Amino acid sequence: MKRETAWAYFFIAPQIIGLLAFAVLPMVAIVVLSFAKWDLIHTFTWVGFGNFSYEFSDPIFWKSVTNTLYYTAVFIPASLILALLVALVLNRKMAFRGWYRAIFFMPVITPTVAVALVWTWLLNPDSGLINALLYNVGITGPGWYADIGWAMPAAIIVSVWRNFGYSMVIFLAGLQGVPAQLYEAAQIDGAGRWAQFRYVTLPLLSPTTFFLVVTSVISSLQVFDQVFILTHGQAGPDDATRVIVFHIYEQAFRLFQFGQASAVTLCLFIVILLITLMQFRFQRWVHVDA
Amino acid sequence: MRERLGTRGFTPRRTVSAVASRRLAGSLSLRLLFHILMLACCVVVLVPFVWMVSSSFKTPADVITYPPDWIPNPIITDNYPQSLSLLPMGHAYFNSFKISMLDTIGGLLTCSMAAYAFARLRFRGRDVLFIAVLSALMIPQEVNLIPLYILFKQIGWIDTHWPLIVPPILQNPYGIFLLRQFFLTIPTELEDAARIDGANPWTIYTRIILPLAGPAMITLGIFIFLYNWNQFLTPLIYLNSQDNFTVPMLINSYLADYGQQWGLMMAACTIAMAPMIAVYAIGQRYFIEGIAVSGLKG
Repeated sequence: MKRETAWAYFFIAPQIIGLLAFAVLPMVAIVVLSFAKWDLIHTFTWVGFGNFSYEFSDPIFWKSVTNTLYYTAVFIPASLILALLVALVLNRKMAFRGWYRAIFFMPVITPTVAVALVWTWLLNPDSGLINALLYNVGITGPGWYADIGWAMPAAIIVSVWRNFGYSMVIFLAGLQGVPAQLYEAAQIDGAGRWAQFRYVTLPLLSPTTFFLVVTSVISSLQVFDQVFILTHGQAGPDDATRVIVFHIYEQAFRLFQFGQASAVTLCLFIVILLITLMQFRFQRWVHVDA
Repeated sequence: MRERLGTRGFTPRRTVSAVASRRLAGSLSLRLLFHILMLACCVVVLVPFVWMVSSSFKTPADVITYPPDWIPNPIITDNYPQSLSLLPMGHAYFNSFKISMLDTIGGLLTCSMAAYAFARLRFRGRDVLFIAVLSALMIPQEVNLIPLYILFKQIGWIDTHWPLIVPPILQNPYGIFLLRQFFLTIPTELEDAARIDGANPWTIYTRIILPLAGPAMITLGIFIFLYNWNQFLTPLIYLNSQDNFTVPMLINSYLADYGQQWGLMMAACTIAMAPMIAVYAIGQRYFIEGIAVSGLKG
């Protein structure tokens, strides 16, 4: 058995070294840096809760928080409802089902940066396709990413377009796990389409929905790429698209305020940790036995 | 629930089939409606791609004419050689491919090794270590940014590809978990026989486990490759010189340097997306079914 243990440590060594170097160490470092002032050039000084009190009294930080929450609150219902509706249609036996599924999933595999650049062109306020199409039906299109009120909706449109295929595939897998006998039983009981959806599909799909909501919230809190490209590497008109990760990026790598950036990172980490732990706690609660 | 469903009372079988046959007539138009809806969604998904390719073949004057033409007139191909030469796109391609390939091969090796140990070997601290590995799933990527930037600056790795190669190879809890779950489903008879014949764990891992792990390894390999190919935030932080840029970084440079030349930028985007879409067209089953099974984000 001793020999087996030696072999086991050999097998897990690379990943355990990685775990220590690229997960444990950064976690400790981010806590330490949160309480320090350091730009890598001047001397390292402790500032206690200074970084936190600075950020918490900075309206720009709160702007990034509310922008991220706005993004999350609109993106998740929009993408999940669309994904569920499409999945419900594709769950039926229909011609070209595989083709539809493959096409809807395609944006998921494309680089976000290239996707965002194409959308920057589509949403161009002066010569973009979207505003040209809107003009044809008599609507004067908004300034999209150049407009304070429309910059965030533009980012959300890009995200929904790119990501709904992913949720659709997960929903479809969940739907296929619903036993057909339950629908038959419901039909015999005289349940119509809506009743079947409301009392069979929706409850049995709740673990899938819960999983998607939690993972989407976590990834929405970390949104960066598409927003960064859409507003040309800036925070958008009047900070309209300053999201939390952009704020961290700017504080750390443009202004070299590593302490303040670490404090914001730590807050983001704690929030994501709480959401993940909540997922573990409630996973059993939403599970419905078939 | 039963209560609500039962309010209409018991329906005799006869009536059910009568309802069903009446529905059949309605179902034709319903089926047509569903196809129309799905086709509309397809148009929305595909229009950006079509528009990207269409714009990439337009002259600078045509690209901003109104109303826009779907088919360029005249069709010009100048944007492609230009977008390859104005910025080092060939270089970026090579860099992205090198980094993603090393991440994939290295990641598959270390993940499968660790997964094998966690699935099959008995050793002290196994469960604690496995929980520790899984706990790392809760750490968002952003936590690494600042500490690793400082670390890599100290050891002179800034503006090299090492920060994009080493961490993804050595730390991938998703990969370990995915492969471990798969290894647990492999029957142990073959291994038991090999062990009785005196085979050591390395022989069992390379000769028995890996040859049986093909589908799971392909799925994980696709995820690792895609994830690293599409990475933007980490190269943005670690790379400074254009010759080291990856494809997403170079796309960002086009936006910064040639911001109004849409034909040129759409050609660059087409070049950036084409191989991904080609690979997807061939192996789309692996992408979609892999995602559906594991719930991993590509």
